[in-house]
Amino acid sequence: MAMEITQVLLAAQSPDTQTRTLAEASLKQFQEQNLPQFLLSLSSELSNDQKPPESRRLAGIILKNSLDAKDSARKEYLTQQWVSVDPSIKFQIKESLLRTLGSSVAEARHTSSQVIAKVASIEISRKEWQDLIGKLLGNVTQTFAPGSLKQATLETLGYVCEEVAPQDIDQDQVNAVLTAVVQGMTSAEPNSDVRLAAIRALYNALDFAQQNFENQVERNFIMKVVCETAVSKESAEIRQAAFECLVAIASIYYDYLEPYMQTLFKLTAEAVRGDEEQVALQAIEFWSTLAEEEMERQDDCVALDELNSPVLHFHFIDKALESLVPMLLETLLKQEEDQDQDDTVWNLSMAGGTCLGLVSKTVGDKVVPLVMPFVERNIAKADWHSREAATFAFGSILEGPSVEKLSPLARSGFEFLLSAMKDQNSHVRDTTAWTLGRVFELVHRPTSGDPIVNEKNLPGIMTVLLESIRDIPNVAEKVCGALYFLAQGYEDAGPSSKALTPYYESIIAALLSTADRTNVSNVRLRASAYETLNEVVRCSYAPETLNTTAQLLQEIIRRVAQTVELQVVSSDDKEKQSDLQALLCGVLQVIIQKLGSSEGKSVIIQAADQMMMVFLRVVACHSSTVHEEAMLAIGALAYVTGADFAKYMPEFYRFLEMGLTNFEEYQVCSISVGVVGDICRALDDKILPYCDGIMTILLKDLSNAMLNRSVKPPIFSCFGDIALALGEKFIKYLPYAAPMMQSASEMCMHLDTTDDDMVEYVNQLRRGIFEAYSGMLQGFKNSDPDIMMPYARHLVQFIEAVFKDNSSDDLVTKAAVAALGDIADALGGGIKVLLADSSFYNELLSECLLSEDYTLKETAEWAHTLIQHALQS
Amino acid sequence: MAPPPEHRRPIKRAAISDQQRRREVALRLQADRRSDAQNRARQLASSVLSLGHEPETEPEVEQEQEMSDASGQLSGRTDLDPVRAARLRGPEVRRWFARQLMLPEWMVDVPPLLDRDWYVFPRPSGKRCFVVSSNGTTISRLRNGSILHRFPSNLPNGARTKDVSGPASSYSILDCIFHEPDETYYVIDMVCWRGYSLYDCTAEFRFFWLNSKLSETGASDPPSQYHRYRFNVVQIYECNLAGLQASYSGQVPYVKDGLLFFNKHAHYQAGNTPLALVWKDNVCSQYVLDTDSKGQIPSQQQVVLELQNDGNLTTFDDPPVALGSLSRDLIAQSGLQVGNLVRVAIRDDSVRLVDGKLDLGELQLVGKTNHSRAFADTYSKVLFQHAARHAPLRIEDLVASIQSNSSMDNSQASDVEMEG
Repeated sequence: MAMEITQVLLAAQSPDTQTRTLAEASLKQFQEQNLPQFLLSLSSELSNDQKPPESRRLAGIILKNSLDAKDSARKEYLTQQWVSVDPSIKFQIKESLLRTLGSSVAEARHTSSQVIAKVASIEISRKEWQDLIGKLLGNVTQTFAPGSLKQATLETLGYVCEEVAPQDIDQDQVNAVLTAVVQGMTSAEPNSDVRLAAIRALYNALDFAQQNFENQVERNFIMKVVCETAVSKESAEIRQAAFECLVAIASIYYDYLEPYMQTLFKLTAEAVRGDEEQVALQAIEFWSTLAEEEMERQDDCVALDELNSPVLHFHFIDKALESLVPMLLETLLKQEEDQDQDDTVWNLSMAGGTCLGLVSKTVGDKVVPLVMPFVERNIAKADWHSREAATFAFGSILEGPSVEKLSPLARSGFEFLLSAMKDQNSHVRDTTAWTLGRVFELVHRPTSGDPIVNEKNLPGIMTVLLESIRDIPNVAEKVCGALYFLAQGYEDAGPSSKALTPYYESIIAALLSTADRTNVSNVRLRASAYETLNEVVRCSYAPETLNTTAQLLQEIIRRVAQTVELQVVSSDDKEKQSDLQALLCGVLQVIIQKLGSSEGKSVIIQAADQMMMVFLRVVACHSSTVHEEAMLAIGALAYVTGADFAKYMPEFYRFLEMGLTNFEEYQVCSISVGVVGDICRALDDKILPYCDGIMTILLKDLSNAMLNRSVKPPIFSCFGDIALALGEKFIKYLPYAAPMMQSASEMCMHLDTTDDDMVEYVNQLRRGIFEAYSGMLQGFKNSDPDIMMPYARHLVQFIEAVFKDNSSDDLVTKAAVAALGDIADALGGGIKVLLADSSFYNELLSECLLSEDYTLKETAEWAHTLIQHALQS
Repeated sequence: MAPPPEHRRPIKRAAISDQQRRREVALRLQADRRSDAQNRARQLASSVLSLGHEPETEPEVEQEQEMSDASGQLSGRTDLDPVRAARLRGPEVRRWFARQLMLPEWMVDVPPLLDRDWYVFPRPSGKRCFVVSSNGTTISRLRNGSILHRFPSNLPNGARTKDVSGPASSYSILDCIFHEPDETYYVIDMVCWRGYSLYDCTAEFRFFWLNSKLSETGASDPPSQYHRYRFNVVQIYECNLAGLQASYSGQVPYVKDGLLFFNKHAHYQAGNTPLALVWKDNVCSQYVLDTDSKGQIPSQQQVVLELQNDGNLTTFDDPPVALGSLSRDLIAQSGLQVGNLVRVAIRDDSVRLVDGKLDLGELQLVGKTNHSRAFADTYSKVLFQHAARHAPLRIEDLVASIQSNSSMDNSQASDVEMEG
């Protein structure tokens, strides 16, 4: 019998800390001592209409948290815990939950339906609770079931569909669920709550409906009911939910959409033009989704053989273009006041512009003549709404159409856009600055024959940008973006990038003073200013800007040093300090890379002591974002200073160690691992004194279950870096590192490869392992290659397993082939024994020789030659 | 105001994150540098990486018309570890570099199976050099290691332009002859391509690779701002009768200087190798007979040899072959030192061939060689020059050899049949 826990649950929500702590402790104790009874008590609390809503609410929350967690390890633990509960108690809990669906209290019904879905997610795939769906369907098909029960049950069905995988429910049950759900949606259902629950349940059940969509009769019926619901007069919520279903159908069942398109166009157009905003937004979303779907299919068509392509592509967007574009253009005129103050704003105008952008990417040039008349008609009108909409429309179509098509428009529009930066309305200025940024990002090609930005118009552009960067923060931020992309156009442009040299100093000055603006409510402005500074430095013409960049280096070092002096009282101060330090370290990193790879190298070497000093002080402030940025900068510095970096090691090592052991902020850890690689290449075997420490930590990191897995592949690559740097001196670490590589390689042959993320991870892991082997083989090659013989046997097996597994990407294959070549290179004739029983390597190499990736092809050719050479020796 | 649906990014929201970009740049640089480091360890000729640091030197004037006739140097590729070679500076680089070219021996008799195992092509007349493209520059170096040109080119990483393929520091090395009249580099071999070494590849593969890769780069395009000189491949023939004839008498866009023969199965081997051969006569070369230090053809054959401490005069083969000696008195009298290259004249009547070995008999000291001369003659050259003056190997001999090969093939085939 369940224990009464009402009082404890209430006390656990008490405003009095002591009461609360006591109650939490006793709940915890109960949970630990007798979990089954604890869960039973919670479910009976939840089901009891006599209990206060507060205790029932908390009971439901604890129940949910006892069944599911975000963290996958925790989730697995909870699953096992539930599975091991006595079946009779589980039965009681589940019955109690099902009963709660009939409660008169809406919140209890809602909570219960969520808990049921969590239990279902554990049990259905284990073929338990097989009567759940039947019982739920019983609830909705009863002739006289109360509306509240039907509503809660449909909601439950929806959640269950969300939690359970399609293959775990048989088609009969799917059919029954869909029938019940669609029945609940029709106008025959008098209760609008039930209809809303039904349409939402359908949304979740769509993934299960593959067979039903394949069947024309059933498909027609489902589409008919959804379309009817989309124009239902009852409530906007219902119509919104119906459009959400149409959005999902557009992406899941694109292949079957053709017969319904005319109707769907009419429905969406009416909603966009006349329905409430929440409905209209979903109607626009339908077209955005369709555009994305078609872009994806376009890519697939190209990727697969075009003639034999099994991918259907109906060009819906293209066919609807002449009506679709005017509809979207109308939405642009429906701006809200002050919308630019908030960059998360989502309204008709924003959704319409976003959709127009996707449509342009889908159809390219064709969109231009449909949009330009609107731009021309509205751009000079008195009402700011018209001017803003005109510019927004122009800015939205800049991605997709060809540069050739856009260049003349951009060129003739420049003057207008520049003058609009002085428009009296700030929305117009904001959108104009954004549009200029898009023009620079997408149409500005300095190395083309006839660039849109040229020596004639550049002075005018710079004058306006440098003036407008002093505008209100949201406009200034967009101006930073425009400068960012203007500079980016000159990346790798050779001498063409000289064009910006005359403005280099004034841009830097403007960005620094923008970063210094104090009364800034827009937190992103400072970040934008520094990040734009980075791009301006990166893309500058090095031979002409060296001195200015060297001065900037001093200024930034000064600024970092200043931040350390800042008074830090509150946690808010602390956060501001770290954000600023992170941005400044970012700038230093970019300057180090820029000057370090040119004649400015000596500038970096001269300032290295100074920089190291501020980096170390900043890292000592203990903030993860700063640590990450400083580490990146330090890695870049190590590369430039080379062996001279050794002098910083005694001091720096402590922080390196801190980074490598930072499990919680795994990105810091990951970056630190990369920095070890940089230092290896800078110091070669001078890194030896630190290797005991580094290797110990790296080995620990590998076996740490709490460390984010993404750090582990780089650790293996790092083993390779260390081995290559140390040469034969790596021998003392070999007995520790090699078994790790072996067990990781075995493990990644057994991971679930149906999950895309997992496949990606496995690929990274494999690449890391191959790089580790390569580094070791090359490291021992000149002294004692035979020491690698036993490990090479394992490596050959691993290469074979990876080759046969087929889920590798080209980078993995290349690393595998390179490792194979390294075996031959290091072991020479020793490879004969290793390859004696296998022929896979010939297949592998021949496959790679046919690859279109030239680096893979060449690696394979190189490996092939070495192997032939070794086999004949 | 409702937030946008999940996955939908408002078009006006900035898509760029410079922090992400910094991370990506750092990761990319790390990956590039890792693969550079590994490639370096993979025995690629990484000395090239250090070449940018060397102060530019004026190309030394080549006294001789041809590049390979002063041949004779340490045979085989140097054993110097390339990682250490990468750290060499100045003159050491030149010295190291000077030993990296593969130098054909002179053909004094016809190798067997010429038509089956060999390629042939007409050799362009000009300056033999190594062309290295890396880190946005292209540098050509003469056989003595000095720089001929430093220029931008369409070779991989050969100019500071946007090159999306591979890290900027990966390098390519071509074996070329710079042909002055049309200012073109004729590529006769490919040693390294985009960081991948072809040293250990067969000539068959290297030529295949050369032909397919060079055309991908636009290196054969006419000169332009970022591509100072044109690179052309030389038409290479199977050494059958047709191939030999085409090489010998066919029209080529350059001045011919003899024929080069490459064994198909031979790897690229620095120094002298009998697996690459040069042959010439007056039809296919203007320079059959060697000239003296004034550029005149002397009436008696002259050879350049190196003085050893025992007074012997040796060729620059490995091991060196002693072809004569100088008396201590003469050495002292002429102020010669060990290691000097000396020019001697041969008296035809005293030369004898004993068991295929050359005995020059009495040598007559002409003097020291021009200081730009770095190497003594090879044995095969001395032999070829001697033969050229008396009983040259003629084109008819080559033809006959090919014809006899094919008939021998037939007879062998029938032998097998008979045995069966």
